[in-house]
Amino acid sequence: MSKRIENHPVLGETPERELVKFTYNGQTLEGYKGEPIAAALKVAGVMAHRYTKKRHEPRGIFCAIGRCTDCVMVVNGQPNVRTCITPLEEGMVVQTQYGASAEKDF
Amino acid sequence: MVDVQARLKEIGPYVPAADDDMLICRCEEVTKGEIRQAVHAGMFTIEEIRRFLRCGMGLCQGQTCGKLVKGIVARELGVRPTDIEPAVSRAPMRPIEMRILAEDGGER
Amino acid sequence: MIERYDLIVIGAGPAGLSAAIEAAKNGLSPIVFDENAKPGGQLFKQIHKFFGSKEHKAKIRGYKIGEDLLKEAEEYGVKVVLNATVIGLYQEKEITVKIGEEVKHYKGDSILVATGASENMVTFKGWTLPGVIGAGAAQTMMNLHHVKAGERVLMLGSGNVGLVVSFQLMQAGCEVVALVDAAPRIGGYGVHAAKVARCGVPFYLSHTIIEAEGTDCVTGVTIGEVGPDWKIKPGTEKHFDVDTICLAVGLSPMSQLLKQAGCEMKDTPGGYVPVCDELGATSIEGIYAAGDVSGIEEASSAMIEGRISGAVISNYLGYLSDEGLKTKTEELEHALGSLRQGMFAPENRGKLVTKTEEDIDVSMNLLEKGYVAEDEIERYPGVTHTVGIHPVMECTQNIPCNPCQDACPRGCISIGDNITSLPVVRTDVKCVGCGMCVASCSGQAIFLVDEETEPGYGTVTMPYEFFPLPEAGDKGIALGRDGRKVCDAEVVGVKTSKAFDHTNLLTIRVPSDMTMKARFYRSAE
Repeated sequence: MSKRIENHPVLGETPERELVKFTYNGQTLEGYKGEPIAAALKVAGVMAHRYTKKRHEPRGIFCAIGRCTDCVMVVNGQPNVRTCITPLEEGMVVQTQYGASAEKDF
Repeated sequence: MVDVQARLKEIGPYVPAADDDMLICRCEEVTKGEIRQAVHAGMFTIEEIRRFLRCGMGLCQGQTCGKLVKGIVARELGVRPTDIEPAVSRAPMRPIEMRILAEDGGER
Repeated sequence: MIERYDLIVIGAGPAGLSAAIEAAKNGLSPIVFDENAKPGGQLFKQIHKFFGSKEHKAKIRGYKIGEDLLKEAEEYGVKVVLNATVIGLYQEKEITVKIGEEVKHYKGDSILVATGASENMVTFKGWTLPGVIGAGAAQTMMNLHHVKAGERVLMLGSGNVGLVVSFQLMQAGCEVVALVDAAPRIGGYGVHAAKVARCGVPFYLSHTIIEAEGTDCVTGVTIGEVGPDWKIKPGTEKHFDVDTICLAVGLSPMSQLLKQAGCEMKDTPGGYVPVCDELGATSIEGIYAAGDVSGIEEASSAMIEGRISGAVISNYLGYLSDEGLKTKTEELEHALGSLRQGMFAPENRGKLVTKTEEDIDVSMNLLEKGYVAEDEIERYPGVTHTVGIHPVMECTQNIPCNPCQDACPRGCISIGDNITSLPVVRTDVKCVGCGMCVASCSGQAIFLVDEETEPGYGTVTMPYEFFPLPEAGDKGIALGRDGRKVCDAEVVGVKTSKAFDHTNLLTIRVPSDMTMKARFYRSAE
């Protein structure tokens, strides 16, 4: 589980942001509006974002800038959403991606 | 033109290695062993290997594995990585939904 | 419909923005496309002070430089389009850009590609496990999104990125359990290594990762020593409990667009780059490249290269006279040239430099363990012994950096005209102990030492950029350059000032014979 940095020796205090609720595999979680989905998940202790199609292996944040596409999940029903660059919004439905869908067929 | 048969003789047969199961292309889940075997099957260019195994053809478009694949192929061929021509660059450079690409140039 | 612009810039990082600003100054109306949601490229993750001299914005933190660049871009009316992914570049200087749900076409009279670089990766057993991340990812999570990258982290890579990010991890409150590199010597600046080493992070050179352990995410890592045949020496395995493994093994230019356009390319050990003339023109007339896409360097160099491109393109399109271009580029090339000097100059890449420009032996301990040994430190001209307070400058490599010499109001510190020279402390000028030099040093390599403030005791003032900030009266331990305890210490002063820009000055009281050994402070638990 990764903690938020509330006060940083160089960057100072983290500005106040609006808390929003979203669901992760049906479970209600909280995060800040506008932060990447991946950041909110990391704080909640979620490491595995998806399981791969062939080898069914877990993957999570790797590059955090939208290049590697390892952190993709099913968001609001749409698969392959890069959670590291997609801003969190109130009421988002986030699901673990298995292969290319939220259905675990392996 | 490369004489494939002669070159294959030069590089010798494929010998399994302990780390052949190592994933190289994270998107399409292609292993080091598969890439090595492809070289020994006569595919000496990144372009051929890409088309055959799909490594570097996934969502990230080879951003992560491009350099790794090149290193493996160079090693098998006994050349420097810089001697190997990188894969062809073509649009779209980033993943894009087909419906958006399909509407390019169309009336809206 | 094709929209037309006199200059299209691809990438709103330090190079792209600088070029657009320079072009706009000359009367062009450039448009800049960037695939990210925010401009500035990687600058906003750089929270350390930059090296160089005034003209390179030295001692200013990267994110501040980013803010200034954005302000300047706005001032000159540079149009920046974000969330705009350039998906194709064609030799007729046409680009296709995905913006929202559309693919749009633009044509430029000139095009500057400033797409930067992407991180290299290495493979080892378990490298795809969640918890194995790029060093850039760690920076992004901590410095942009205010989330710790992990609790216990192992860093692979001792180049400047690995060293700087290790320090940033600790600033964010993460523990760095080890810094590992397969190379036998550290790749980055010695001063960056030294500030990590004195915090107690062990360096494992000639080591690499054997395996990342865990089933659903990283729970540990095993490293081992690399033999001359690049295989792991049996029996050298070491295990660490970690939740995060950070990879900082170099960058590669993101030059695919240039290749697609048909620019002549060359493959170099530093990456696949366009063949450019000395001012950044590619083999296709009207298409230019600047910044990391044309060869990996620092952000400071990228900004200058961008300015040069901006001027060159202005001249190409008739907005700047040949004479104007000459004046501009001479000035900029001088600035660029001075950044490319010293031990880390491009021509020294991969070479072992054993002597400084002053013919002093380079500290081998620094290169192999990350810190200068006690019997090596006295040989440098910044390290002197005088009665009373004085700066001790543990700057031991020729790197292009000189803010310290302007920082001292008394003129105690001299580097001279050659910005890579080692700083010399003048003993004929009296130091007043203001600490401006300590805060000005981007490498955090300057300490104020008073060997005897009272019988048997002296003080050491050090740069301190961690929370919680100790307070006067706190008791703890002093650590040596190697990060090991040298003695007990008491905090006798903490100075913070706007002029220090978040570098706090911590003064500790230690026995006199420890004043040349104590270089970090840790409070008693």
